[in-house]
Amino acid sequence: MEQKSLIKKITGSREALLFCILIVLGIVVTVLNPTFFSPTNIAQIFRNNAIIMIMAVGMFCVMLTAGIDISITSTLAFSGMSIGMLQKHDIVQSTLLMFLIAMVIGCLAGFLNGLIISKGKVAPIICTMGFMYIWRGMAYVVGNSSWASGEDVSQFAKFGKDGTVGPYIILIIVYGLFFVLMKWTKFGRKIYAVGANAEAARVSGINVDNVLISAYTIMGLMAGLAGALSVSIYASAQPNMQYGKEMDVIAACVIGGVSMSGGRGTIVGTFLGALILAIVAKALPLVNVPSIAQNTVKGVIILVVVIVNVVSQRMIDKQNLERREM
Amino acid sequence: MKRKALSVLLSAAMTAALLSGCGGSTGAASEAAPATSEAAPATSEAAPAADTASESGAEAAAEATSGAGASGKTFAIVVKSAGNAYNTKEEEGFKEVIEAAGGTVVVKEPEAATVDAQITAIQSLISQGVDSISVAANDENALQATLEEAMAAGIKVNSFDSKTNADSRMTFVNQAGTQEVGQTLLDAVYDLTGGEGQYAILSATSQATNQNAWIDAMKSIAEGDSKYANLELVEVAYGDDEPQKSTDQTQALLSKYPDLKVICAPTTVGVSAAAKVLQDQGSSVKLTGLGLPSEMAEYIGADDAHSCPYMFLWNPIDLGRLAAYSAIALVNGDITGAIGDSFTAGDMGDYTLTDAGDNGSEIILGPPFKFDPDNITEWKDVY
Repeated sequence: MEQKSLIKKITGSREALLFCILIVLGIVVTVLNPTFFSPTNIAQIFRNNAIIMIMAVGMFCVMLTAGIDISITSTLAFSGMSIGMLQKHDIVQSTLLMFLIAMVIGCLAGFLNGLIISKGKVAPIICTMGFMYIWRGMAYVVGNSSWASGEDVSQFAKFGKDGTVGPYIILIIVYGLFFVLMKWTKFGRKIYAVGANAEAARVSGINVDNVLISAYTIMGLMAGLAGALSVSIYASAQPNMQYGKEMDVIAACVIGGVSMSGGRGTIVGTFLGALILAIVAKALPLVNVPSIAQNTVKGVIILVVVIVNVVSQRMIDKQNLERREM
Repeated sequence: MKRKALSVLLSAAMTAALLSGCGGSTGAASEAAPATSEAAPATSEAAPAADTASESGAEAAAEATSGAGASGKTFAIVVKSAGNAYNTKEEEGFKEVIEAAGGTVVVKEPEAATVDAQITAIQSLISQGVDSISVAANDENALQATLEEAMAAGIKVNSFDSKTNADSRMTFVNQAGTQEVGQTLLDAVYDLTGGEGQYAILSATSQATNQNAWIDAMKSIAEGDSKYANLELVEVAYGDDEPQKSTDQTQALLSKYPDLKVICAPTTVGVSAAAKVLQDQGSSVKLTGLGLPSEMAEYIGADDAHSCPYMFLWNPIDLGRLAAYSAIALVNGDITGAIGDSFTAGDMGDYTLTDAGDNGSEIILGPPFKFDPDNITEWKDVY
């Protein structure tokens, strides 16, 4: 085996490429506004985007199975509103219990998605679209035209307050756990196998339905966790919380190189994709992009990153192929 | 085909006749005719001949039926979105007045604060045949076609909280005059900065009618008075009324402008998100703006441990009540939406329609109310 050069190593892996894009992005923003690269700012990037990052892990699992879940922010709102109301009416005040309740709600929502998609053979986008409306509607029902914020959730908000380590610890646990789970366990490999070729997986003895149900349940669990975290970080539970943000989660995965047709992607790539998106969100107001143009610029950046990533990936594949033919 | 269309028309006419027959006692029924004919000219509000004619007729009718108030009539309220405590309070006030006057209330709450959802809601109200529609517009101009259709159908239309353009309404119930809010906020900024230094504004969306009008008023007042010459507005940021984006924007303001002294957030979501950021970071930047007492109670205080020394708002319950009183006055013909019209809003007293500055009329609720450490505990349980 010949020793690969450093350049080859970098261009040879999609994650390394993403990392380069990330660094370039960081440098550009720092040049434009030197305050960007400060410890508080970096900490805020993770804290403000912890919700998207956590849900990206679930979306990664779902997209690996060639599925998609657009009900996640509705699940988030439903679980978030539920625990918000429990606090507002002073029924439960324990932080741990709040997280558990939100996660159980999320799990159930995800399980239902998985059940209908696998057993009912309903297309994932259709099934989750249904639940997108159902859970969002339920969030309004639970809220009953009120929301919980400020003093209502002040006890719970201490967990996610600026300067506390809670959100970071959750992020580290989630990413650490799934890095191991997806790379080194049978379960992780099964998800890859089902996404790459469901028929082959079935023939080789994998229970495809169970894998699908697990993937969507994980997604739901993450959405529930994100719901609790969102209430804690923003000290506010509103039925319209994180409205439309499922697209950010999907974008994070796509930027991270997770294939929409399943079977391809890594947890590291997902993390980097989410981080690039987070940096863009943080940087745009800092570098004097006019407020009203920020979404346009964000969209352009997402497309450019994906195109650069895809084109270079194709070049690598071609190079590899040529080398083999020689 | 033709015959089918004819029969539909006929049955529609019969239903309409039936409805109007049920709708009114003698006075009200006779009043319905001039009121409908008046709807079209009211948009341009010139046509003095038509106005005076219907006014005198209507006044007489109103006098006769003033005891009956709103009985037998249906009043619709379209708020900006569902699940918002502020909107719920507006509905509460609206319902209280209409129901006390014997009328029926239809509440429409769009799930998201979009203009499309409001158009759908208003169209269904038109086909229901309500007597009046009071709308808090999500966009100043986009509702025009639908609301003109409503007025052409004889429905009285007023906007409240967030106005539509003059052509799409008969009058506007303004929670506080644009100038009054601008002046109040600017004076608060002046007070908190000590008369000089940098301040920033954190607004809702860049198209939000209210916020833009208030911000423009603040700018023009500051330009016109040398008292404010040493205040520097560094940026207007938009948090889109999302906690997450408002948080990002507040943090960006802090790192971009190290000398920033005050943030003014004239929107309830923005002000509470900014209050949390400033208070959590122990920042020396102070906050003021417009916010809900129940959400802001935690952040209001005179000491350094609190980020917001004081802020303002009007009473959304009173706003809903005034919207209801003016809707009743429109339906009864006490007012037509012309500048100079006046009516009595129950125990709230007498109100006169004034020039809104956009070729339309408005009814101003009163100056914004100040919430400070002394009164916040009392108000936080109210709304």
